[in-house]
Amino acid sequence: MATETETQERIEIQKIRDNFPEALLGVDTFRGDTRLLVKGENIVEICELFKNDPDLQYNFFSECLGVDYLDYRDGYRFEVVYNLYSLPYEKNGVKIGKNHRIFLKVPVPEENPTVPSVTSVYPAAEFPEREIFDMFGVRFTGHPDLRRILMPDDWVGHPQRKDYPLGGERVQFPENKLGPSIGEVAVQHPGESFVGKTGDAQGEAYRKR
Amino acid sequence: MAIDTRELNTNALQAQGITIDPLDDTSMVVNMGPQHPSTHGVLRVVLELDGETITKAVCHIGYVHTGIEKSMEYQTYLKAVTNTDRMDYLSAHINNAAYTLSVEKLLGIEPPPRGQYLRVMLMEVQRIASHLVWLATHCLDIGAMTVFFYAFVQREKLLDLTEMMSGVRMMPSWIVPGGLRGDAPDGWLERAKEFCDGFPKALAEIEDLLNANPIWRDRTQGVGIISAEECLELGVSGPTLRGSGIAHDARKATPYSSYEDFKFYVPVGEYCDVYDRFRVRMAEMYQSREIIKQCIENMPTGPVNVDDRKIVPPPRRELDNSMEAVIHHFKLWTEGFHPPVGESYVPLESPKGEIGFYIVSDGTNRPYRAHMRPPSFMNLQALSKMCAGRLIADVVAVIGSIDIVLGEIDR
Repeated sequence: MATETETQERIEIQKIRDNFPEALLGVDTFRGDTRLLVKGENIVEICELFKNDPDLQYNFFSECLGVDYLDYRDGYRFEVVYNLYSLPYEKNGVKIGKNHRIFLKVPVPEENPTVPSVTSVYPAAEFPEREIFDMFGVRFTGHPDLRRILMPDDWVGHPQRKDYPLGGERVQFPENKLGPSIGEVAVQHPGESFVGKTGDAQGEAYRKR
Repeated sequence: MAIDTRELNTNALQAQGITIDPLDDTSMVVNMGPQHPSTHGVLRVVLELDGETITKAVCHIGYVHTGIEKSMEYQTYLKAVTNTDRMDYLSAHINNAAYTLSVEKLLGIEPPPRGQYLRVMLMEVQRIASHLVWLATHCLDIGAMTVFFYAFVQREKLLDLTEMMSGVRMMPSWIVPGGLRGDAPDGWLERAKEFCDGFPKALAEIEDLLNANPIWRDRTQGVGIISAEECLELGVSGPTLRGSGIAHDARKATPYSSYEDFKFYVPVGEYCDVYDRFRVRMAEMYQSREIIKQCIENMPTGPVNVDDRKIVPPPRRELDNSMEAVIHHFKLWTEGFHPPVGESYVPLESPKGEIGFYIVSDGTNRPYRAHMRPPSFMNLQALSKMCAGRLIADVVAVIGSIDIVLGEIDR
């Protein structure tokens, strides 16, 4: 589990502060993982720094994903989480990679949800960024081929947004109605009505952080 | 001399100040799939050809997208496990484990040693089963049909092991937060040992069909070459990365579920081609069998689940005479548990590559966001690079060598 001292030791934080003094918005540690909230406009430079700096060597772009926080966060709605890994291997007797993992988070506002694409630094980001565009409607500027990837090209809306309804399936019953969606079929959990035990207040506080 | 209409149109456009690129007569676009026997499901590849040589391959995916990640947001943590089986349906135990370890990291718990060893065993059983399906279909694609039957005989034995444990062959959901749904039944370890004893001979028989087979070597050696650096650039992991000479395995680099207790080596390739990836996976199957053997020999005794009734349901026998057990049982299956607020990700080694669930918890009984890092999805990005400069027939060999599962790519 991460302690306060360990947080201070993460060299990435210092590197960002040194190179981009304005970029770092917040640091979050949980169970030994570090998540850095950074400004969207700096993400490409930060990735470049993380990839090329000999102390960091984040040579492996593990993935990136989107999270929709609706209106729980101040000033923005979506977060794009970049999962970078310094993959350790040996080449011609030289050890490369530090076996570290870092998560970079970029806040994305609801109006004009745009983030610079990191495909110029990590070509591996092409598919995941397309998926985020498809599922959340976040646009990546500079992406070579920003199209829908999982949904059909003529699909309307972005399905993984929290305000996108689950919807039902068209069924062969009269009146051409839609069948039930999971949300309608799901039984309300008895625990959810027990005040103080559901963690809802806690969750609310977290999302509003 | 007649002027053809195309030239007339071009001239007309040029007169208006619009320039158009002359048609490139050398390239041809060919569609492959989505209904193609060797695309392992419904993958559609659009190939750009120069003569018979491929210059570019563009993948179109999403044909079996079922919104699994969205569904998981509407189910409690325990119920959401069942969704993970359906992603990569050939390695269900490993998907379960990826999700489970991530939830357990949120909860801050770790199952007792016996639970961890049984998990390792199930995961390795699943790894061999998944590799056998890869081997069978890969060979079938290239035209070696016999291997399919030999491989599926062995795989059936592994699925029997899973069935004996969980009651189902392919969608077990047996690895759950807190441990396992239940301990191994009587005779399970003996059955696994029986498999381990017979497996190397059976696999060697299959290898004899392929290793030195001139047709097989012609079809695979020097095909689909991708260097180690390109692999890292494109986010390729797993056996495909190891086939290019990088000895990275999440089981060694970041051990989970007590993998640090086991002795095994990480096979790597040298020539970065389809044949090397084939050799790497074959060697991995022997290594997985070694791990299973070590599990059986050193299997600890004791419980398989954490001793916390808020996370693990009470055993059936307690429900008859303990009111508390009934309450726990009811609460767990209706409300579930509430992991603390936070986010977690645990990387695992699946048969395809690095797998992991990024779970965002807001303190309620359902995951606020659950996202899987899909290894095949990332590996598929390398397809264009691997196919470039090769013939159409090689695309089939290359797709087989990446070992994709469309259920996991599309989710």
